[in-house]
Amino acid sequence: MNAPAYAVAAWLLLVGLYGVVTSRNLVHLVVCLSVSQASTYVLLLGIGWREHATAPIFADIPTGTRVVDPVVQALTLTDIVVQAAVTALLLALVVQARKRLGTADPNRIGVLKG
Amino acid sequence: MSERTRLAVFLAGAVPLAALLTLALIGLPGSDLPLGDLAGTIAAHAVPERKGTNTVIDVAFDYRALDTLGEEFMVFVAAIGTAVLLRATRADDERSNVEERRELHGDDASELMRWAGGALAPVTVLVGLYVVSHGQLTPGGGFQGGVVLATAFLFVYLSGRRVASGRVNALSLTEAAEAAGAAGFALIGIGGLIFGAVLMENFVDLGSKGSVWSGGTIPLANVAVGIEVAGAFVVILTELLDQLVVGRGARR
Amino acid sequence: MIAVQYATLVLVAVAGTLVVLARDPRRQAVVTGVFGLALSILFFAFQAPDVALSALAVGTVAMPGMILLALAMIAREDEDG
Repeated sequence: MNAPAYAVAAWLLLVGLYGVVTSRNLVHLVVCLSVSQASTYVLLLGIGWREHATAPIFADIPTGTRVVDPVVQALTLTDIVVQAAVTALLLALVVQARKRLGTADPNRIGVLKG
Repeated sequence: MSERTRLAVFLAGAVPLAALLTLALIGLPGSDLPLGDLAGTIAAHAVPERKGTNTVIDVAFDYRALDTLGEEFMVFVAAIGTAVLLRATRADDERSNVEERRELHGDDASELMRWAGGALAPVTVLVGLYVVSHGQLTPGGGFQGGVVLATAFLFVYLSGRRVASGRVNALSLTEAAEAAGAAGFALIGIGGLIFGAVLMENFVDLGSKGSVWSGGTIPLANVAVGIEVAGAFVVILTELLDQLVVGRGARR
Repeated sequence: MIAVQYATLVLVAVAGTLVVLARDPRRQAVVTGVFGLALSILFFAFQAPDVALSALAVGTVAMPGMILLALAMIAREDEDG
């Protein structure tokens, strides 16, 4: 019964890759990459989810109630912040590329120059 | 390779990828089963053992603290890389400037922006500090609280208040704070090695369930990570904003 | 799965598609903010409040802010050069 979550994760991955392939602006490309990254979060949480279970915080519920998987949540929450920092690095690269090559269009940036 | 060819190649690859993904994901176990061995053990034993009621933070900062150390250093390195790249850009610009503005403040903030930013910034700092310090009890922790604290800095900039009278002073303080946060987390891990004979072992007194100082090294690690993440994002934003300020000064 | 989870899944899929289809980066920055909000509501519906907090702080403030700042730097390059 988790199939809809997995389907959305696969869809987001493919849509993000489509955006990267057909992009005409480097900034647009970097943002489409972040959409693909979001697909992994949906996949991880879809794996960890359980029916009729609640959040794994035991501040006000007794120990032993049925909870969702806390390990995948720990992986995902650090991942989101790291994604933001890496996107900042990629955007700085885009700004430098724009400055050096004069264009932000990946179709016009041709062969790698030495 | 032209655009059409690229799109055709992508579609030729995407359809088998979609088919493979469907095959792989259908085979995963369903959601009506109980939790697996690892997750079930943690969910049952984390609170009695570590006295921290937020099991997700227990996993991230205690059971799997080594992974969090790696992730935190990724944030650190990304901030350093951004700063290096943008400073190279600024060095090229500065060669053609006679003098630049060395202050960080928004030029054209309207009255409403000043009031709104000035009112929101202290509230955001308070919320950020709360989220960082209560990570082991309720949802939150170092990563989330650090990002909230960095957005408070953005409010101050938007409201037009002067952030620093000298760019060099403010930025080096932030960089020092970020490095201190990263080093603090590593030192807590090494402390586990010294006092508990295992890296990252929880060696401080655990406290009682529900109090803020429960969980041993977890609140300390939360604070270290909060400082580090906030410092990293403030460095990134400062580099981006300072670029804009230098550029505007050059044009005048 | 309850109805809220289905609804948020559909919302996230639609928002992700719109982010890719928005070709102008300035428009895309705003749509990214909406996508971040939809993601965080999805995480709440899937019983993951820590992840939702993280996604909210990052996806609605940090990401659109950095995109707009990068665009401003590129625009300044256009004016100077």
